[in-house]
Amino acid sequence: MSTHHIQVTINGKVHEADVESRLLLVHLFRENLNMTGTHIGCDTTSCGACTVILDGKPVKSCTVFAVQADGSEIRTVEGLAQDGKLSAIQEGFHEKHGLQCGFCTPGMMMTTSALLEQNPHPTEDEIRHAISGNLCRCTGYMNIVKAVQYAADKMAEKVEV
Amino acid sequence: MIPPTFEYVAPKTLSEAVAALGGYENAKVLAGGQSLIPLMRFRLASPAVLVDINRVEGLSYINEDKGWLKIGSMTRQSTVDHSALVREKYPLLADTVSVLSDPIVRNRGTVGGNIANGDPGNDYPATMLAYGAEVVAMGPKGERVIPITSFFIGLYESALASNEILTEVRIPTPKPHSGGAYLKLERKVGDFATAAVAAQVELDAKGKFKSVGLGLTNVGLTAIKATAAEDFLKGKDSSDDNIRQAGQLAADASEPIADVRGSEEYKRSLVKTYTVRALRIAVERAKGS
Repeated sequence: MSTHHIQVTINGKVHEADVESRLLLVHLFRENLNMTGTHIGCDTTSCGACTVILDGKPVKSCTVFAVQADGSEIRTVEGLAQDGKLSAIQEGFHEKHGLQCGFCTPGMMMTTSALLEQNPHPTEDEIRHAISGNLCRCTGYMNIVKAVQYAADKMAEKVEV
Repeated sequence: MIPPTFEYVAPKTLSEAVAALGGYENAKVLAGGQSLIPLMRFRLASPAVLVDINRVEGLSYINEDKGWLKIGSMTRQSTVDHSALVREKYPLLADTVSVLSDPIVRNRGTVGGNIANGDPGNDYPATMLAYGAEVVAMGPKGERVIPITSFFIGLYESALASNEILTEVRIPTPKPHSGGAYLKLERKVGDFATAAVAAQVELDAKGKFKSVGLGLTNVGLTAIKATAAEDFLKGKDSSDDNIRQAGQLAADASEPIADVRGSEEYKRSLVKTYTVRALRIAVERAKGS
């Protein structure tokens, strides 16, 4: 069995682990580190429920081996709220009813984080394009788009203050 | 789904990677992993060793050099998608990458992986056939250049030897009065094409076809170069009648199988329609260039 010692920074905190080469990144979070915010959906690189931000880019963490992330900086849904206060993105999904069952939400919000960092004022088309790799079977996406717009507006307000 | 166990190495140089690949039985290159990792989870692939080339330096670049657009094999799809050079001068490539899987997969997926994988559902193979691209492979004895027309051998089979790594793709820089387009029908973002057509054309001073490249995605065991349609158009004008006849010839060249995405007949019809439409867009773009 091939095991490797890795070090990753997740939401600003350094974690070390001995991992089998076949361990998927999403399993590192959920099983080794007990961080279950990141969901496993389709297991076929389709649904995006497991989306996290790896070195600045959203990726599907079911399609990266944990050993490949050695030395990387990762952000997961657990890193969104700060000091017990929801982030603008979380608040947007809450206020605009951007979820029903909530299964896709962690991935949706991480994709949204990456989008708003690159493009703080996205158009509706740009939002829909950005989240096209994240499937939601409940909302029909209307309220997710509104939630992203809410977050964008809220974050712009903060900058102006 | 958990993949079977495997040994993992992550060399930092190309020569180390080539040595590692040749040094083991049943070793496979891990590039973006967006096809290979799902295949391993389904246990359709179970390599004994993965040689991860994500840490190899110098394989990610896009630049023009001596009449070619050279793209390093580990260049991420999202990098191609955001390249101003590609958008400005390589509309066929820009079209292709914009519909290749989904935006998140494009952050990991690589140019080389999409070609080396040898899946007829991948989008680059048809586009590279239409462009008349070349592929550069590095093996223990050094580098060799493989014309794209002899690269795709069968389903998941390419001209790459088991100890070779695809390092670069070269697309000929289009001459003036050239244009291209990629049209893909997909059931949803991220799905493989029901069928897709890549068209690249060059017009002469009179507006007649000087050269034509046509590639078909996911309607055969490999991407298909629709040579009869290409030859038919050469020297002819871009009349609707000529373009429609080329569409029929492309449909005749396709070898689709019926599956959840549609019947053989439907897919052939789709190839015809999309060939016509892609050629029209390519001609418009050639006139505008």
